[in-house]
Amino acid sequence: MPLITWRGADGTEIGAQVVPGTNLMKAAVAAGVPGIHGDCGGALACATCHVVAPGDWADRLGRPGVMEDEMLDMVEGERTPTSRLSCQIIAEDDLDGLVLAVPEAAR
Amino acid sequence: MSGGHASGRVVIVGAGQAAASCIAALREADATRPIVLIGEEMSLPYQRPPLSKSCLTEGAAADGLLIRPASWYDGVDLRLGCRVEEISRRDGRVVLGTGERLAYDQLLLCTGSRARRLAGEAGGDLDGVHSLRSLADAARLQGELLPGRRMLVVGGGYIGLEVAAAARSRGLSVLLVEAGPRVLGRVACAATAEHFRNLHSARGVEIRESTSLHRLTGTDRVRRAILSDGSEHEVDVVVVGIGGLANDGLAARAGLETANGIVVDAHCRTGDPDVLAAGDCASFPLDGRHVRLESVQNACDQGEIAAATLSGKPRAYAPVPWFWSDQYETKLQIVGIGEGHDSIVVRPGKRDGAKSIWYFRGDDLLAVDAINDPASYMVGRRLLTAGLRPDRRDVANVAFPLASILPPRG
Repeated sequence: MPLITWRGADGTEIGAQVVPGTNLMKAAVAAGVPGIHGDCGGALACATCHVVAPGDWADRLGRPGVMEDEMLDMVEGERTPTSRLSCQIIAEDDLDGLVLAVPEAAR
Repeated sequence: MSGGHASGRVVIVGAGQAAASCIAALREADATRPIVLIGEEMSLPYQRPPLSKSCLTEGAAADGLLIRPASWYDGVDLRLGCRVEEISRRDGRVVLGTGERLAYDQLLLCTGSRARRLAGEAGGDLDGVHSLRSLADAARLQGELLPGRRMLVVGGGYIGLEVAAAARSRGLSVLLVEAGPRVLGRVACAATAEHFRNLHSARGVEIRESTSLHRLTGTDRVRRAILSDGSEHEVDVVVVGIGGLANDGLAARAGLETANGIVVDAHCRTGDPDVLAAGDCASFPLDGRHVRLESVQNACDQGEIAAATLSGKPRAYAPVPWFWSDQYETKLQIVGIGEGHDSIVVRPGKRDGAKSIWYFRGDDLLAVDAINDPASYMVGRRLLTAGLRPDRRDVANVAFPLASILPPRG
Protein backbone atom coordinates (compact mmCIF):
# COMPACT_ATOMS: atom_id res chain seq x y z
CA MET A 1 0.00 0.00 0.00
CA PRO A 2 1.42 3.38 -0.99
CA LEU A 3 2.22 5.87 1.74
CA ILE A 4 0.64 9.24 1.00
CA THR A 5 1.42 12.34 3.08
CA TRP A 6 -0.61 15.53 3.32
CA ARG A 7 1.16 18.71 4.40
CA GLY A 8 -1.02 21.54 5.75
CA ALA A 9 -0.40 25.24 5.22
CA ASP A 10 1.12 25.33 8.74
CA GLY A 11 3.57 22.55 7.90
CA THR A 12 1.77 19.82 9.86
CA GLU A 13 2.03 16.45 8.11
CA ILE A 14 -0.37 13.54 8.21
CA GLY A 15 0.54 10.29 6.49
CA ALA A 16 -1.54 7.23 5.67
CA GLN A 17 -1.13 3.92 3.91
CA VAL A 18 -3.83 3.98 1.27
CA VAL A 19 -5.49 0.94 -0.25
CA PRO A 20 -4.86 0.99 -4.02
CA GLY A 21 -8.01 1.99 -5.88
CA THR A 22 -9.10 4.48 -3.21
CA ASN A 23 -9.34 8.09 -4.30
CA LEU A 24 -7.09 10.45 -2.37
CA MET A 25 -9.93 12.70 -1.16
CA LYS A 26 -11.52 9.72 0.55
CA ALA A 27 -8.19 8.68 1.99
CA ALA A 28 -7.60 12.19 3.35
CA VAL A 29 -11.05 12.43 4.93
CA ALA A 30 -10.55 9.02 6.52
CA ALA A 31 -7.20 10.16 7.91
CA GLY A 32 -8.76 13.40 9.18
CA VAL A 33 -6.62 15.74 7.10
CA PRO A 34 -7.68 19.34 7.88
CA GLY A 35 -8.74 21.35 4.83
CA ILE A 36 -9.86 18.33 2.79
CA HIS A 37 -13.64 18.11 3.10
CA GLY A 38 -14.84 16.23 0.03
CA ASP A 39 -18.39 17.29 0.77
CA CYS A 40 -19.81 16.00 -2.52
CA GLY A 41 -18.24 12.59 -2.09
CA GLY A 42 -16.21 12.84 -5.28
CA ALA A 43 -18.93 13.97 -7.69
CA LEU A 44 -16.88 16.97 -8.89
CA ALA A 45 -19.44 19.32 -7.38
CA CYS A 46 -17.78 21.03 -4.44
CA ALA A 47 -14.04 21.57 -5.10
CA THR A 48 -13.24 21.12 -1.40
CA CYS A 49 -10.42 18.61 -1.90
CA HIS A 50 -7.84 20.80 -3.65
CA VAL A 51 -4.22 19.61 -3.32
CA VAL A 52 -0.95 20.64 -4.88
CA ALA A 53 1.44 17.94 -6.05
CA PRO A 54 5.20 18.36 -6.19
CA GLY A 55 6.28 19.45 -9.67
CA ASP A 56 8.21 16.23 -10.40
CA TRP A 57 5.11 14.12 -9.73
CA ALA A 58 2.89 15.80 -12.31
CA ASP A 59 3.58 13.19 -14.99
CA ARG A 60 2.90 10.23 -12.76
CA LEU A 61 -0.40 11.76 -11.58
CA GLY A 62 -1.59 12.52 -15.07
CA ARG A 63 -3.49 15.57 -16.28
CA PRO A 64 -6.79 16.74 -14.82
CA GLY A 65 -9.86 15.80 -16.88
CA VAL A 66 -11.86 18.52 -18.64
CA MET A 67 -14.43 18.96 -15.86
CA GLU A 68 -11.79 18.89 -13.13
CA ASP A 69 -9.69 21.37 -15.07
CA GLU A 70 -12.56 23.87 -15.22
CA MET A 71 -13.30 23.47 -11.52
CA LEU A 72 -9.64 24.09 -10.68
CA ASP A 73 -9.55 27.34 -12.64
CA MET A 74 -11.84 28.95 -10.08
CA VAL A 75 -10.92 26.96 -6.98
CA GLU A 76 -10.58 28.66 -3.59
CA GLY A 77 -6.91 28.93 -2.81
CA GLU A 78 -4.92 29.84 -5.90
CA ARG A 79 -4.53 27.22 -8.63
CA THR A 80 -0.95 26.14 -9.33
CA PRO A 81 0.42 24.22 -12.35
CA THR A 82 0.24 21.00 -10.30
CA SER A 83 -3.11 21.61 -8.58
CA ARG A 84 -5.53 18.69 -8.56
CA LEU A 85 -8.86 17.81 -7.02
CA SER A 86 -7.80 14.83 -4.98
CA CYS A 87 -11.09 12.96 -5.48
CA GLN A 88 -9.86 12.42 -9.05
CA ILE A 89 -6.51 10.87 -8.05
CA ILE A 90 -6.68 7.13 -7.50
CA ALA A 91 -4.11 5.54 -5.18
CA GLU A 92 -1.73 3.14 -6.94
CA ASP A 93 1.42 1.51 -5.68
CA ASP A 94 3.59 3.84 -7.74
CA LEU A 95 2.30 6.83 -5.75
CA ASP A 96 4.23 5.62 -2.70
CA GLY A 97 6.02 8.56 -1.09
CA LEU A 98 3.79 11.24 -2.61
CA VAL A 99 3.56 14.38 -0.48
CA LEU A 100 0.56 16.59 -1.27
CA ALA A 101 0.31 20.18 -0.07
CA VAL A 102 -3.13 21.24 1.19
CA PRO A 103 -3.63 24.94 0.40
CA GLU A 104 -5.30 27.19 2.93
CA ALA A 105 -8.82 26.71 1.67
CA ALA A 106 -12.19 28.11 2.43
CA ARG A 107 -15.35 26.11 2.25
CA MET B 1 -23.82 30.73 24.96
CA SER B 2 -26.52 30.90 27.57
CA GLY B 3 -25.96 27.22 28.32
CA GLY B 4 -22.48 28.09 29.55
CA HIS B 5 -21.17 24.56 29.23
CA ALA B 6 -19.01 24.54 26.14
CA SER B 7 -17.33 21.41 27.47
CA GLY B 8 -20.48 19.49 28.41
CA ARG B 9 -21.89 16.37 26.86
CA VAL B 10 -23.36 16.82 23.41
CA VAL B 11 -26.03 14.37 22.38
CA ILE B 12 -26.65 14.26 18.62
CA VAL B 13 -29.91 12.74 17.41
CA GLY B 14 -29.68 11.62 13.80
CA ALA B 15 -26.56 10.03 12.31
CA GLY B 16 -26.27 11.62 8.89
CA GLN B 17 -24.08 14.11 7.07
CA ALA B 18 -24.81 17.02 9.45
CA ALA B 19 -23.88 14.88 12.45
CA ALA B 20 -20.57 13.78 10.91
CA SER B 21 -19.71 17.35 10.02
CA CYS B 22 -20.59 18.58 13.51
CA ILE B 23 -18.52 15.88 15.21
CA ALA B 24 -15.46 16.75 13.10
CA ALA B 25 -15.75 20.43 14.03
CA LEU B 26 -16.53 19.77 17.70
CA ARG B 27 -13.39 17.67 18.00
CA GLU B 28 -11.30 20.29 16.26
CA ALA B 29 -12.44 22.75 18.95
CA ASP B 30 -12.06 20.29 21.85
CA ALA B 31 -10.74 16.79 21.25
CA THR B 32 -12.05 15.60 24.63
CA ARG B 33 -15.63 16.75 24.24
CA PRO B 34 -18.03 13.97 25.28
CA ILE B 35 -20.26 13.16 22.29
CA VAL B 36 -23.13 10.71 21.97
CA LEU B 37 -24.40 9.91 18.47
CA ILE B 38 -27.83 8.30 18.19
CA GLY B 39 -29.10 6.99 14.85
CA GLU B 40 -32.16 5.01 13.87
CA GLU B 41 -30.39 3.23 11.02
CA MET B 42 -27.70 0.66 11.81
CA SER B 43 -25.16 2.43 9.63
CA LEU B 44 -22.64 5.09 10.52
CA PRO B 45 -23.24 8.38 8.68
CA TYR B 46 -23.19 7.81 4.92
CA GLN B 47 -23.59 9.82 1.75
CA ARG B 48 -27.13 9.90 0.44
CA PRO B 49 -26.68 11.57 -2.98
CA PRO B 50 -25.35 8.39 -4.65
CA LEU B 51 -28.48 6.49 -3.58
CA SER B 52 -30.39 7.83 -6.57
CA LYS B 53 -27.37 7.72 -8.88
CA SER B 54 -24.44 5.29 -8.87
CA CYS B 55 -26.00 3.01 -6.22
CA LEU B 56 -28.81 2.17 -8.64
CA THR B 57 -26.61 1.62 -11.66
CA GLU B 58 -23.59 0.05 -9.98
CA GLY B 59 -25.03 -1.35 -6.76
CA ALA B 60 -25.21 -0.08 -3.21
CA ALA B 61 -22.16 -0.89 -1.11
CA ALA B 62 -22.58 0.52 2.37
CA ASP B 63 -18.86 0.69 3.13
CA GLY B 64 -18.11 2.77 0.07
CA LEU B 65 -20.67 5.36 1.12
CA LEU B 66 -19.46 5.96 4.68
CA ILE B 67 -18.52 9.59 5.23
CA ARG B 68 -15.83 8.51 7.70
CA PRO B 69 -14.53 5.02 8.48
CA ALA B 70 -15.64 3.33 11.70
CA SER B 71 -12.29 3.94 13.37
CA TRP B 72 -12.77 7.70 13.04
CA TYR B 73 -15.60 7.53 15.60
CA ASP B 74 -13.37 6.13 18.36
CA GLY B 75 -14.32 7.98 21.52
CA VAL B 76 -17.84 8.80 20.34
CA ASP B 77 -20.57 6.98 22.27
CA LEU B 78 -22.39 5.40 19.31
CA ARG B 79 -26.02 4.37 19.67
CA LEU B 80 -26.97 3.02 16.26
CA GLY B 81 -30.24 1.26 15.48
CA CYS B 82 -31.68 3.30 18.28
CA ARG B 83 -34.75 5.51 18.29
CA VAL B 84 -35.33 8.58 20.42
CA GLU B 85 -38.93 8.58 21.59
CA GLU B 86 -39.01 11.78 23.53
CA ILE B 87 -37.02 14.80 24.63
CA SER B 88 -37.47 15.78 28.24
CA ARG B 89 -36.19 19.33 28.22
CA ARG B 90 -37.09 19.93 31.86
CA ASP B 91 -34.40 17.57 33.10
CA GLY B 92 -32.19 17.59 29.98
CA ARG B 93 -32.68 14.03 28.86
CA VAL B 94 -33.63 12.09 25.77
CA VAL B 95 -35.72 8.97 26.20
CA LEU B 96 -34.64 6.07 23.98
CA GLY B 97 -36.79 3.32 22.55
CA THR B 98 -35.22 1.00 25.12
CA GLY B 99 -36.56 3.19 27.93
CA GLU B 100 -33.09 4.47 28.78
CA ARG B 101 -32.99 8.14 29.75
CA LEU B 102 -29.82 9.72 28.47
CA ALA B 103 -28.66 13.05 29.90
CA TYR B 104 -27.43 15.87 27.69
CA ASP B 105 -25.90 19.22 28.41
CA GLN B 106 -26.63 20.26 24.85
CA LEU B 107 -28.71 18.52 22.26
CA LEU B 108 -28.32 18.68 18.47
CA LEU B 109 -31.20 17.44 16.36
CA CYS B 110 -30.20 16.38 12.87
CA THR B 111 -33.10 14.07 12.26
CA GLY B 112 -33.16 14.69 8.52
CA SER B 113 -36.15 14.37 6.25
CA ARG B 114 -38.30 11.57 4.98
CA ALA B 115 -39.89 10.91 1.63
CA ARG B 116 -43.48 12.04 1.20
CA ARG B 117 -45.42 8.87 0.52
CA LEU B 118 -48.25 7.94 -1.71
CA ALA B 119 -51.42 7.37 0.33
CA GLY B 120 -52.52 3.81 1.00
CA GLU B 121 -55.85 4.46 -0.77
CA ALA B 122 -53.90 5.36 -3.91
CA GLY B 123 -51.99 2.07 -3.73
CA GLY B 124 -48.94 3.41 -1.92
CA ASP B 125 -48.64 0.29 0.26
CA LEU B 126 -48.48 -2.23 -2.60
CA ASP B 127 -45.31 -4.25 -3.12
CA GLY B 128 -43.17 -2.81 -5.87
CA VAL B 129 -43.88 0.79 -4.83
CA HIS B 130 -40.72 2.51 -3.67
CA SER B 131 -39.54 5.74 -2.22
CA LEU B 132 -35.88 6.58 -1.91
CA ARG B 133 -34.19 8.06 1.11
CA SER B 134 -32.07 5.42 2.83
CA LEU B 135 -29.48 2.83 1.91
CA ALA B 136 -32.09 0.12 2.55
CA ASP B 137 -34.49 1.87 0.14
CA ALA B 138 -31.77 2.00 -2.52
CA ALA B 139 -30.85 -1.66 -2.06
CA ARG B 140 -34.50 -2.71 -2.39
CA LEU B 141 -35.00 -0.59 -5.49
CA GLN B 142 -31.76 -1.68 -7.08
CA GLY B 143 -32.88 -5.29 -6.86
CA GLU B 144 -35.97 -4.40 -8.89
CA LEU B 145 -34.14 -2.77 -11.78
CA LEU B 146 -34.33 -5.69 -14.18
CA PRO B 147 -34.03 -5.17 -17.94
CA GLY B 148 -37.36 -5.11 -19.74
CA ARG B 149 -39.42 -4.14 -16.71
CA ARG B 150 -41.81 -1.22 -16.90
CA MET B 151 -41.23 1.54 -14.39
CA LEU B 152 -43.53 4.36 -13.44
CA VAL B 153 -41.87 7.36 -11.80
CA VAL B 154 -44.24 9.63 -9.92
CA GLY B 155 -42.79 13.12 -9.65
CA GLY B 156 -40.45 15.04 -11.95
CA GLY B 157 -38.08 16.45 -9.36
CA TYR B 158 -34.40 15.58 -9.07
CA ILE B 159 -34.98 12.21 -7.41
CA GLY B 160 -37.53 11.19 -10.02
CA LEU B 161 -35.33 12.26 -12.93
CA GLU B 162 -32.21 10.63 -11.51
CA VAL B 163 -34.06 7.36 -10.91
CA ALA B 164 -35.49 7.52 -14.43
CA ALA B 165 -31.96 7.93 -15.82
CA ALA B 166 -30.66 5.00 -13.77
CA ALA B 167 -33.58 2.81 -14.80
CA ARG B 168 -33.07 3.57 -18.49
CA SER B 169 -29.40 2.71 -18.25
CA ARG B 170 -30.43 -0.61 -16.66
CA GLY B 171 -32.73 -1.35 -19.58
CA LEU B 172 -36.15 -0.63 -18.10
CA SER B 173 -38.85 1.30 -19.93
CA VAL B 174 -39.82 4.41 -17.99
CA LEU B 175 -42.98 6.51 -17.84
CA LEU B 176 -42.65 9.62 -15.69
CA VAL B 177 -45.65 11.66 -14.57
CA GLU B 178 -45.45 15.12 -13.10
CA ALA B 179 -48.57 16.72 -11.62
CA GLY B 180 -47.29 20.27 -12.18
CA PRO B 181 -47.07 21.92 -15.58
CA ARG B 182 -43.42 20.91 -16.01
CA VAL B 183 -40.63 18.83 -14.55
CA LEU B 184 -38.37 20.52 -11.97
CA GLY B 185 -41.18 23.01 -11.42
CA ARG B 186 -40.34 23.79 -7.82
CA VAL B 187 -36.58 23.93 -8.20
CA ALA B 188 -35.60 25.22 -11.62
CA CYS B 189 -36.67 27.61 -14.34
CA ALA B 190 -38.37 26.59 -17.58
CA ALA B 191 -35.11 26.68 -19.57
CA THR B 192 -33.36 24.19 -17.29
CA ALA B 193 -36.47 22.03 -17.13
CA GLU B 194 -36.66 21.98 -20.93
CA HIS B 195 -33.07 20.82 -21.19
CA PHE B 196 -33.73 17.87 -18.90
CA ARG B 197 -37.08 17.05 -20.48
CA ASN B 198 -35.34 16.86 -23.86
CA LEU B 199 -32.49 14.82 -22.45
CA HIS B 200 -34.85 12.23 -21.00
CA SER B 201 -37.03 12.14 -24.08
CA ALA B 202 -33.95 11.48 -26.22
CA ARG B 203 -33.10 8.59 -23.92
CA GLY B 204 -36.54 7.09 -24.29
CA VAL B 205 -38.26 8.21 -21.10
CA GLU B 206 -41.91 9.05 -21.72
CA ILE B 207 -42.66 12.22 -19.74
CA ARG B 208 -46.22 13.36 -19.09
CA GLU B 209 -46.49 16.74 -17.43
CA SER B 210 -49.70 18.19 -15.93
CA THR B 211 -50.58 14.58 -15.27
CA SER B 212 -50.94 13.02 -11.86
CA LEU B 213 -51.26 9.50 -10.66
CA HIS B 214 -54.85 8.71 -9.85
CA ARG B 215 -54.31 5.30 -8.34
CA LEU B 216 -52.19 2.14 -8.42
CA THR B 217 -53.88 -1.23 -8.45
CA GLY B 218 -52.80 -4.81 -7.88
CA THR B 219 -53.52 -7.57 -5.41
CA ASP B 220 -50.30 -7.73 -3.41
CA ARG B 221 -47.96 -6.29 -5.94
CA VAL B 222 -48.57 -3.26 -8.08
CA ARG B 223 -49.87 -4.18 -11.58
CA ARG B 224 -51.52 -1.13 -13.08
CA ALA B 225 -51.39 2.63 -12.84
CA ILE B 226 -54.38 4.82 -13.59
CA LEU B 227 -53.45 8.40 -14.45
CA SER B 228 -55.44 11.63 -14.17
CA ASP B 229 -55.76 11.72 -17.98
CA GLY B 230 -57.74 8.49 -17.73
CA SER B 231 -55.05 6.33 -19.29
CA GLU B 232 -54.11 2.99 -17.73
CA HIS B 233 -50.65 1.44 -17.80
CA GLU B 234 -49.22 -1.94 -16.92
CA VAL B 235 -46.35 -1.34 -14.48
CA ASP B 236 -43.83 -3.60 -12.74
CA VAL B 237 -42.19 -1.13 -10.42
CA VAL B 238 -43.13 2.34 -9.19
CA VAL B 239 -40.90 5.01 -7.66
CA VAL B 240 -42.55 7.87 -5.81
CA GLY B 241 -40.46 11.04 -5.73
CA ILE B 242 -42.86 13.73 -4.61
CA GLY B 243 -40.75 15.64 -2.15
CA GLY B 244 -39.49 15.38 1.38
CA LEU B 245 -40.88 16.20 4.79
CA ALA B 246 -38.81 17.36 7.75
CA ASN B 247 -38.50 14.91 10.60
CA ASP B 248 -39.59 17.49 13.13
CA GLY B 249 -42.16 15.51 15.13
CA LEU B 250 -39.80 14.76 18.00
CA ALA B 251 -39.02 18.48 18.36
CA ALA B 252 -42.68 19.46 18.06
CA ARG B 253 -43.66 17.01 20.80
CA ALA B 254 -41.01 18.57 23.01
CA GLY B 255 -42.68 21.95 22.56
CA LEU B 256 -40.07 23.40 20.20
CA GLU B 257 -41.32 25.63 17.40
CA THR B 258 -41.73 23.85 14.07
CA ALA B 259 -42.98 25.16 10.74
CA ASN B 260 -41.89 23.01 7.79
CA GLY B 261 -38.92 21.99 9.94
CA ILE B 262 -37.44 22.83 13.31
CA VAL B 263 -37.22 26.60 13.48
CA VAL B 264 -33.71 27.80 14.28
CA ASP B 265 -31.78 31.06 14.16
CA ALA B 266 -28.60 31.75 12.19
CA HIS B 267 -26.63 29.86 14.86
CA CYS B 268 -28.75 26.70 14.59
CA ARG B 269 -30.38 27.45 17.97
CA THR B 270 -34.01 26.61 18.65
CA GLY B 271 -35.99 28.59 21.22
CA ASP B 272 -34.28 26.45 23.88
CA PRO B 273 -30.64 27.57 24.19
CA ASP B 274 -29.54 24.01 24.90
CA VAL B 275 -31.25 22.49 21.85
CA LEU B 276 -29.97 23.02 18.32
CA ALA B 277 -30.98 21.68 14.94
CA ALA B 278 -29.06 21.31 11.66
CA GLY B 279 -29.43 19.84 8.20
CA ASP B 280 -32.55 18.72 6.33
CA CYS B 281 -34.75 19.03 9.43
CA ALA B 282 -33.93 22.67 10.21
CA SER B 283 -35.73 25.76 8.97
CA PHE B 284 -33.31 28.68 9.13
CA PRO B 285 -33.28 32.39 8.22
CA LEU B 286 -31.94 33.22 4.75
CA ASP B 287 -32.36 36.61 3.08
CA GLY B 288 -35.28 37.65 5.25
CA ARG B 289 -37.29 34.45 5.12
CA HIS B 290 -37.08 30.98 6.66
CA VAL B 291 -36.07 28.13 4.36
CA ARG B 292 -35.34 24.46 4.70
CA LEU B 293 -32.81 22.85 2.37
CA GLU B 294 -32.34 19.16 1.75
CA SER B 295 -28.75 19.16 0.55
CA VAL B 296 -25.25 18.01 1.35
CA GLN B 297 -23.93 21.58 1.41
CA ASN B 298 -26.52 22.61 3.97
CA ALA B 299 -25.95 19.56 6.15
CA CYS B 300 -22.16 19.97 6.13
CA ASP B 301 -22.17 23.70 6.74
CA GLN B 302 -24.92 23.75 9.36
CA GLY B 303 -23.16 20.90 11.15
CA GLU B 304 -20.15 23.19 11.47
CA ILE B 305 -22.26 26.19 12.48
CA ALA B 306 -23.89 24.07 15.19
CA ALA B 307 -20.47 22.93 16.40
CA ALA B 308 -19.32 26.55 16.62
CA THR B 309 -22.35 27.42 18.75
CA LEU B 310 -21.84 24.34 20.90
CA SER B 311 -18.20 25.30 21.37
CA GLY B 312 -19.14 28.76 22.61
CA LYS B 313 -17.84 30.51 19.50
CA PRO B 314 -21.01 31.14 17.53
CA ARG B 315 -20.88 32.45 14.00
CA ALA B 316 -23.82 33.23 11.76
CA TYR B 317 -24.84 30.94 8.91
CA ALA B 318 -25.01 32.91 5.66
CA PRO B 319 -24.70 30.27 2.97
CA VAL B 320 -24.48 30.38 -0.78
CA PRO B 321 -26.26 27.04 -1.25
CA TRP B 322 -25.09 24.60 -3.88
CA PHE B 323 -26.46 21.38 -5.28
CA TRP B 324 -25.78 18.94 -8.05
CA SER B 325 -27.52 16.26 -10.06
CA ASP B 326 -26.10 13.56 -12.33
CA GLN B 327 -28.36 12.18 -15.06
CA TYR B 328 -26.90 9.93 -17.78
CA GLU B 329 -23.60 11.64 -18.66
CA THR B 330 -24.98 15.10 -17.84
CA LYS B 331 -23.84 16.94 -14.76
CA LEU B 332 -26.00 19.76 -13.43
CA GLN B 333 -24.37 22.03 -10.87
CA ILE B 334 -26.47 24.67 -9.14
CA VAL B 335 -25.40 27.53 -6.95
CA GLY B 336 -27.78 29.92 -5.21
CA ILE B 337 -31.56 29.76 -5.00
CA GLY B 338 -33.41 30.88 -8.10
CA GLU B 339 -36.80 31.22 -6.43
CA GLY B 340 -38.22 34.70 -6.93
CA HIS B 341 -36.27 35.44 -10.12
CA ASP B 342 -37.81 37.73 -12.72
CA SER B 343 -35.46 37.05 -15.60
CA ILE B 344 -32.94 34.53 -16.81
CA VAL B 345 -29.93 34.77 -19.08
CA VAL B 346 -28.51 31.77 -20.92
CA ARG B 347 -24.73 31.78 -21.22
CA PRO B 348 -23.39 29.45 -23.89
CA GLY B 349 -20.58 27.19 -22.72
CA LYS B 350 -17.12 27.04 -24.15
CA ARG B 351 -17.50 23.38 -25.01
CA ASP B 352 -20.12 21.43 -26.91
CA GLY B 353 -23.05 20.54 -24.70
CA ALA B 354 -22.09 23.05 -22.02
CA LYS B 355 -24.25 26.00 -21.01
CA SER B 356 -25.43 27.84 -17.94
CA ILE B 357 -28.65 29.55 -16.94
CA TRP B 358 -28.35 32.65 -14.79
CA TYR B 359 -31.25 33.75 -12.56
CA PHE B 360 -31.77 37.44 -11.83
CA ARG B 361 -34.19 39.50 -9.77
CA GLY B 362 -33.80 43.03 -11.04
CA ASP B 363 -30.04 43.43 -11.31
CA ASP B 364 -29.33 40.96 -8.52
CA LEU B 365 -27.87 37.59 -9.44
CA LEU B 366 -29.74 34.87 -7.51
CA ALA B 367 -28.51 31.56 -8.87
CA VAL B 368 -26.76 29.69 -11.67
CA ASP B 369 -27.67 26.30 -13.16
CA ALA B 370 -24.62 24.97 -14.99
CA ILE B 371 -25.09 22.07 -17.38
CA ASN B 372 -21.83 20.24 -18.12
CA ASP B 373 -20.23 23.61 -17.46
CA PRO B 374 -18.13 23.61 -14.27
CA ALA B 375 -16.37 26.81 -15.33
CA SER B 376 -19.61 28.77 -15.21
CA TYR B 377 -20.67 27.05 -12.01
CA MET B 378 -17.46 27.98 -10.27
CA VAL B 379 -17.42 31.59 -11.44
CA GLY B 380 -21.09 31.92 -10.50
CA ARG B 381 -20.32 30.57 -7.07
CA ARG B 382 -17.58 33.09 -6.55
CA LEU B 383 -19.69 35.97 -7.84
CA LEU B 384 -22.54 35.03 -5.50
CA THR B 385 -20.18 34.55 -2.56
CA ALA B 386 -18.70 38.00 -3.21
CA GLY B 387 -22.19 39.50 -3.61
CA LEU B 388 -21.36 40.81 -7.09
CA ARG B 389 -23.87 41.63 -9.82
CA PRO B 390 -22.61 40.80 -13.28
CA ASP B 391 -24.18 42.68 -16.17
CA ARG B 392 -26.69 40.58 -18.10
CA ARG B 393 -25.04 41.38 -21.45
CA ASP B 394 -21.69 40.19 -20.14
CA VAL B 395 -23.30 37.00 -18.89
CA ALA B 396 -24.85 36.32 -22.29
CA ASN B 397 -21.52 36.92 -24.05
CA VAL B 398 -19.39 33.79 -23.79
CA ALA B 399 -16.35 35.78 -24.94
CA PHE B 400 -16.60 38.00 -21.84
CA PRO B 401 -14.49 36.58 -18.99
CA LEU B 402 -16.81 36.83 -15.98
CA ALA B 403 -13.90 36.09 -13.67
CA SER B 404 -12.49 39.49 -14.60
CA ILE B 405 -15.06 41.24 -12.37
CA LEU B 406 -14.03 39.23 -9.32
CA PRO B 407 -11.84 41.08 -6.86
CA PRO B 408 -8.20 39.97 -6.90
CA ARG B 409 -7.51 37.05 -4.61
CA GLY B 410 -5.83 38.04 -1.40
